[in-house]
Amino acid sequence: MTFLKQITAAALLASTTLAGQAFAEGGTLVIATTQTPRHLNGSVQSGIATAVPSTQIFASPLRYDENWEPQPYLAESWETSADGLTVTLNLVSGATFHDGEPIEAEDVAFSILNTKEHHPFKSMFEPVESIDTPDTQTVVINLSKPHPALLLALSPALAPVLPKHVFGDGQDPKSHPANSAPVGSGPFMLEEFTPGEAIVLKKNPNFFIEGRPKLDEIVFRIVGDPSALLIAMENGDADMYPFMAGSQEIRRLEKDDDLAITTEGYAAVGAINWLAFNTASPKLSDVRVRQAIAYAVDRDFITKALHRGVSSPQRGPIIESSPFFDETIPAYDVDLDKAKALMEEAGFGDGMDLTVDYIPGPKEQQQSVAEYLKSQLKKIGINVTVRAAPDFPTWAGRVGGHDFEMSMDVVFNWGDPVIGVHRTYLSDNIRQGVIWSNTQQYANDKVDSLLNQAAVELDTEKRKALYGEFQQVVATDLPVYWINSLPYHTAYNKKLLNPPQGIWGAMHPMDMVEWSE
Amino acid sequence: MNSAYLLRRIGYGLLLMLGVIVLNFLLIRLAPGDPAVVIAGEMGGATEEMLASIREEYGLNKPVLTQLWIYVSGMARFDMGESFFFNLPVSQLIAQRIGPTILLVLSAQLLSIVIGVFLGVIAARNPRGPLSAFVSIFATIGYAVPVFWTGIILIILFASAFPIFPVEGMQSIRLRDAPLFTRVLDIAHHLVLPAFTLAIIYLAQYARLTRASMLDAMSADYIRTARAKGIGERKILFSHALRNALLPILTVAGLQFGNLISGALLVETVFNWPGMGRLAFDSILRRDYPTILGVLFFASLMVVIANILTDFSYRLADPRLKDET
Repeated sequence: MTFLKQITAAALLASTTLAGQAFAEGGTLVIATTQTPRHLNGSVQSGIATAVPSTQIFASPLRYDENWEPQPYLAESWETSADGLTVTLNLVSGATFHDGEPIEAEDVAFSILNTKEHHPFKSMFEPVESIDTPDTQTVVINLSKPHPALLLALSPALAPVLPKHVFGDGQDPKSHPANSAPVGSGPFMLEEFTPGEAIVLKKNPNFFIEGRPKLDEIVFRIVGDPSALLIAMENGDADMYPFMAGSQEIRRLEKDDDLAITTEGYAAVGAINWLAFNTASPKLSDVRVRQAIAYAVDRDFITKALHRGVSSPQRGPIIESSPFFDETIPAYDVDLDKAKALMEEAGFGDGMDLTVDYIPGPKEQQQSVAEYLKSQLKKIGINVTVRAAPDFPTWAGRVGGHDFEMSMDVVFNWGDPVIGVHRTYLSDNIRQGVIWSNTQQYANDKVDSLLNQAAVELDTEKRKALYGEFQQVVATDLPVYWINSLPYHTAYNKKLLNPPQGIWGAMHPMDMVEWSE
Repeated sequence: MNSAYLLRRIGYGLLLMLGVIVLNFLLIRLAPGDPAVVIAGEMGGATEEMLASIREEYGLNKPVLTQLWIYVSGMARFDMGESFFFNLPVSQLIAQRIGPTILLVLSAQLLSIVIGVFLGVIAARNPRGPLSAFVSIFATIGYAVPVFWTGIILIILFASAFPIFPVEGMQSIRLRDAPLFTRVLDIAHHLVLPAFTLAIIYLAQYARLTRASMLDAMSADYIRTARAKGIGERKILFSHALRNALLPILTVAGLQFGNLISGALLVETVFNWPGMGRLAFDSILRRDYPTILGVLFFASLMVVIANILTDFSYRLADPRLKDET
């Protein structure tokens, strides 16, 4: 009954918002991107580059609306048992893979277990003990402990439903040949994949949602050089540029009358630009030194001057647009006197030397901030040496190997804190040689216990309270000084209707996107 | 032509290729950074077990010399291995890109020789004239300016001021389903700026070289004889002097081929040309060893082949060399 209501509501909403607009049948959408996917299977690979095409090729049990509410997708309904240990999905009937085989409970079970075993985000499905398939349309997920993040982990970007008859043939899923030539379940089918150059997707005529997708074709053009990409957008050679983060690019495309620019669609990915401290370093093990650095840095200068106002300040570990963000955590507004006093108290009144690394990438987000830190921290007696890395492998080797003092980094929240936040702060995730683990080597029992409780708390309000307390503790301990959220923008042709928005943006099926006129 | 010479030349070429393979293999491993960490990073983080399994899968946990042996014996069977990054055969990645690179390099070579020689000939006609001075100045500038700079300037110029040439890519995405002829025209249209950018350095060199060797030839006795016989100046320039002046140009053209390929790497990156250059550039950043080695192998192969062909054409052009072995 609920499902029927939802459908009716959605239909009503659609008819009111779109009334009076004329549509063009089908058409091609050209998406330009600087991101090179390794392959197209989001079940064994995280990251934007794979997730954007993967969410077009593969459907998932659920999808999300702009209010962080799960919506039916391959599962037409779902329920969590009272003890939180069983989640049952009821699949739509009649859905088929791109090769015509039916999508059944077996495939969904296989896909979740495959993702559990081979996806780098272990926390997504770690509590999944077993999956029962009492009939072809019912999936019963048995959990070892309650797992409130599970529903979000069933999103298109994280839980693609793969055909078991293709991917379950015993080959290593991480390097399976079908990763680059997938048989999918989503609104678009792969037509052509030239690694590093282009991906061509065609409409799936047998998609299980009637009347969708609207477009005939989506073409991804991978353009290495952002300036070439801007020219393509300006000339109309490309229709959409998601994940644009450079202030110059944003300001330049804003001037184009044919293009619309939005910041919608990036709430779930939650990209945070931060300064990480190696808390095992003798110079940075004292919390007062880390706090002194925080008091010396001006987030507003970084967002307003260095980023020309396109990015926004980020005060804590959970992205400010998430329902779990706690407004009341300390912000560390600039206070040089306080910073100097803290340095004095910590026994570094005579100053110290520190190095800062930065992840190679857009200069504005990383290198410029690192250089700003150098000049700003000089004011409190810290001599900073900026240590450039020629490329990602060199930087990853240093930070993963814990051979750093401070490092600029960008880390994603990935929707639920369990997926993208815990990994940075849990003491059992200190792993030598692994980037984006707890490379700060931060260990606090209180934090471990709060995070472990929040991971199993089914009551959203109580969960918020646990995360609130967690944010207070880490904002005091400062293993990381959070600076800004990455100013992701999507530029798109104004004639495009329903551009990717919601919480997942372009990492969400574009089955409703269409051309006007 | 002497077939023993031919065989020996090819034999040297094969030896050279083996040296290239071994040297590249060892050099690339001197770069800091671990491919397994990059792959794990691309996947979004990992555990120690995952890193170990990646190293195991790609054979990175074996001693370097064992890895070298595996690689060389693979190459002997024409197996270039699998890309660490894309998990696809390197041969497939290169096959998708070698066409655009050859198209770009050959077009640039042709443009630079034809225009360069032409400019050189006219400059030689009147060595003290304004045209000659222009060729000299143009040649100096063309030779001094780095290709990526020329490329960026051309992009700025043609993207906004004179939008008559496309500034990126090899074909319009919207013409993918157009008739063949339209697509060929479209590719030619896209080729203009990158080919010209790549050609400009060599064009300048050919112009200077042609001018110098034409001046040399023009002062030779046979030219005076030709003039005395009353042959037209144009015929003297192009069929008498140029034929003799061409030899050094031919040599340089062969030697330049390697430089053209390395220049193509930059030009492809600037113009988003879908060739091997961009693949090489990206693969280096990813420490995708098999792919880098594959691209280097093909680039060296093209140079070796070009050098052998130059040798032969040299012999064809200069009958005096025919019997030398």
